[in-house]
Amino acid sequence: MSEHSSSSLSTYVVIWLALLAGTVLTVFAAHINLGPFNAAVALTIATVKALLVVLFFMHLRGASEKLLKLVVISTVFFLFILLALAMADYGTRTWS
Amino acid sequence: MSMATATAQPVERENYLNKHYGVGSWLLTTDHKRIALLYLISITFFFFIGGFFALLIRLELLTPAGDLVQADTYNKLFTMHGMVMIFFFLIPSIPAVLGNFLVPIMIGAKDLAFPRINLLSWYLYIIGGVMMLHCMLTGGVDTGWTFYTPFSTAFTNTKIVEAGLAIFVAGFSSILTGLNFIVTIHRMRAPGMTWSRLPLFIWAHYATSIIQILGTPVVAITIVLVAVERTLHLGIFDPKLGGDPLLFQHLFWFYSHPAVYIMILPSMGIVSEIIACFSRKRIFGYSFVAISSISIAVFGFLVWAHHMFVAGISVYAALVFSLLSYAVAVPSAVKVFNWTATLYKGSIRYDAPMLYAFGFLGLFTIGGLTGLFLASLGINVHVTDTYFVVAHFHYIMVGGALMGYLGGMHFWWPKISGKLYPEGWARLAALIVFIGFNLTFFPQFILGYVGMPRRYYQYPPEFQVLNVLSTAGATVLGIGYLLPMVYFLWSMRYGKPAPDNPWNAAGLEWQTQSPPTTFNFEEEPIVTWEAYNYEELDAPHNEEVPVAR
Amino acid sequence: MHDSSTTAVQGNVQSEVHGAAHNPALLHHFATEEQQRDSASFGMWIFLSTEVMFFGGLFCAYLIYRLKYFGEFAAASQTLNWQLGMTNTAVLICSSLTVVLAVWAAQHSKRALLLGSLVLTLILGFAFLGIKAVEYAEKFEKHHVPGPSFQFDHVKIPTAPGQPEQFANPSHAQIYFALYFIMTGLHALHMIIGIGIFVWLLFIAWKGRLTPEYNTPMEIGGLYWHFVDIVWIYLFPLLYLIDLRK
Repeated sequence: MSEHSSSSLSTYVVIWLALLAGTVLTVFAAHINLGPFNAAVALTIATVKALLVVLFFMHLRGASEKLLKLVVISTVFFLFILLALAMADYGTRTWS
Repeated sequence: MSMATATAQPVERENYLNKHYGVGSWLLTTDHKRIALLYLISITFFFFIGGFFALLIRLELLTPAGDLVQADTYNKLFTMHGMVMIFFFLIPSIPAVLGNFLVPIMIGAKDLAFPRINLLSWYLYIIGGVMMLHCMLTGGVDTGWTFYTPFSTAFTNTKIVEAGLAIFVAGFSSILTGLNFIVTIHRMRAPGMTWSRLPLFIWAHYATSIIQILGTPVVAITIVLVAVERTLHLGIFDPKLGGDPLLFQHLFWFYSHPAVYIMILPSMGIVSEIIACFSRKRIFGYSFVAISSISIAVFGFLVWAHHMFVAGISVYAALVFSLLSYAVAVPSAVKVFNWTATLYKGSIRYDAPMLYAFGFLGLFTIGGLTGLFLASLGINVHVTDTYFVVAHFHYIMVGGALMGYLGGMHFWWPKISGKLYPEGWARLAALIVFIGFNLTFFPQFILGYVGMPRRYYQYPPEFQVLNVLSTAGATVLGIGYLLPMVYFLWSMRYGKPAPDNPWNAAGLEWQTQSPPTTFNFEEEPIVTWEAYNYEELDAPHNEEVPVAR
Repeated sequence: MHDSSTTAVQGNVQSEVHGAAHNPALLHHFATEEQQRDSASFGMWIFLSTEVMFFGGLFCAYLIYRLKYFGEFAAASQTLNWQLGMTNTAVLICSSLTVVLAVWAAQHSKRALLLGSLVLTLILGFAFLGIKAVEYAEKFEKHHVPGPSFQFDHVKIPTAPGQPEQFANPSHAQIYFALYFIMTGLHALHMIIGIGIFVWLLFIAWKGRLTPEYNTPMEIGGLYWHFVDIVWIYLFPLLYLIDLRK
């Protein structure tokens, strides 16, 4: 696995602009009434931004080995488990 | 090398012990083997501290009345016993001592991937340990090792923040060790050492390291939250201020349940090595045992709320966690079946390491099965917070993890020290430990079943007989633990020099010197054989004369 | 073979044994430079993984209380200055660009770009902390810092037009602010550490120790910085943008 992968400078600039645009979009969307979907939209945009940083700025896209991708996916998975199973308790406390 | 008599000093080959002398060469070492010994001394010290608290607990429980110590003091005793034994003995023990020593050698490497971080791990452990000692000496903690809120955040006046920070620091030691092992196992294997040729000890430590990496940070942040809440009188966990005490328990157990797998997985790795060697057979179902280690690590993260069944979680969540808790037992059972199958038609030897492995098999099975009793919601309601739970986890932690640790220490002692321990005494000690252990903890299953609560310093008189048996057992157990400490130390000076492979065991570590040189191998090994190649080792032209005891 | 202290004589012997072009940065227990670099990078990714779980516990607490006390969370969140938050988000995004430029520059021996990017990164990092300090000062003045001096009386929960008025429960609002300060405070602590790392990187870059053959510190320092950026990418909408539609 060689981490000498580097995108071209123009790629970096494009990603940077996309991140800034995403930020503006997030703020914009927060001010309009999307009903229950405001939070989901905000988190989706945030996740896209995070993915851009991870894939392009942290060079995960170019990594030839699957190992690092496995590390990232596993970590996100276990964080998700913490949130989801905790919510399994909190979300069902008021049932019957 | 001459097998000299005890009084004459044989000419010693250069090895990692005699390479450099002086306190500085030890305290600034980056040699994983020396760091392992630094850990060995430190964790043994904390084992004594934790054991001392256990002794006081069992002394108090000799009589039904609370007559040895006051109630608050008793609370501190069981709290400190738990905190010290879990965070400063069990969690580091095998990975930091045997793991540090053996992982690089078993994979054919010169050292871990990050030797300086390894030393940092030890210093963090020491700093945490000193902080904990200071906390204990200046008042201690009385919340139970689980320091549930809001008692720990709003009511107790003991030294929660200090103890919490001590554990926080020790937690980083654990994280860095796990990080080191994962990178090492991925990146530093010798040519030919493929994943399917790795000793199961390595698989076990790999799985353990995954848990250390993913779980420990969550308890770390939980400790931060407790410290901040306690200091600023916040309400994150305080119901009077809108907080939920169960949130603490969720965050705490998200780590602390996988933590028990940190404690048991390395021991299972040791048992695999020992059973293979002393049955002269490859472990039956190698890939199943390897995968089961990873499964335990993964499943272990899915079951934490089984510690909270009666705490107030929703019954639907309880159902989910109960089901998942049954599932997590499966990979452990897979291991037990495979070890048993390994024994079948094996050429069994009853050396001390094997006695500990047999003890592990029986005691871990009992501990594990009683875990299933506890996973059942109906039973849990009756036995939770009783001595049944105490017996369950001591069967796993002591009957399982500690027995494995002792077995491993005996198995690899010749490699670590270059000396042979006295086998007769070792077998006697193993027997004493087994008898003492069962006498201590089996009565506790019964006590829990008939209703004696845990963490109480007084009890109804009808429970006294069982308590006395338990305390008697603890005394025997203590003697069983003292014996190896004595004869291991004795052997360092008076023991017979060990050959490089006294057990004729498989594994790269047995192809190095006893004790190994600083960089382990003269030349980088190139592995062309499968793990546990006992058939080759025992083929007629390879038979070695058993080492005289 | 010796461990750390190698005398000059033995050093020569070693380079004869290892052959020519033995990079002095190659540590002794590694077989090749590639193995060393891959190990360092892998180690940093795993460390970042622990950091995700570290912050993750806070996100878990945040999630639960946001659902439980949504009204108070909205009311409390709207006392923050989202414009400053948005600016800080932009600041960090720009700093991630300068970091990635620095890594590229190190890999392509562009000394001026390398040093310039590192300096810019530091400036942006300080800018972030400066804006944060301004925000914290404002919170302190308004008595929104959790603890003995916390006050949150008579603050209305944002409701849709036509809905009855509701006032925020100060205890519940305090939970929001506790999480706000702990999460952003922990983030700021990581920023400070990141700045420290980049000061050191600037130093070794200036000394010429970052080359196309060996720029591992730059690479793993960059990974750390990007992670800190990603945490903020989540913190900003979660803390600043609750229920602004009303």
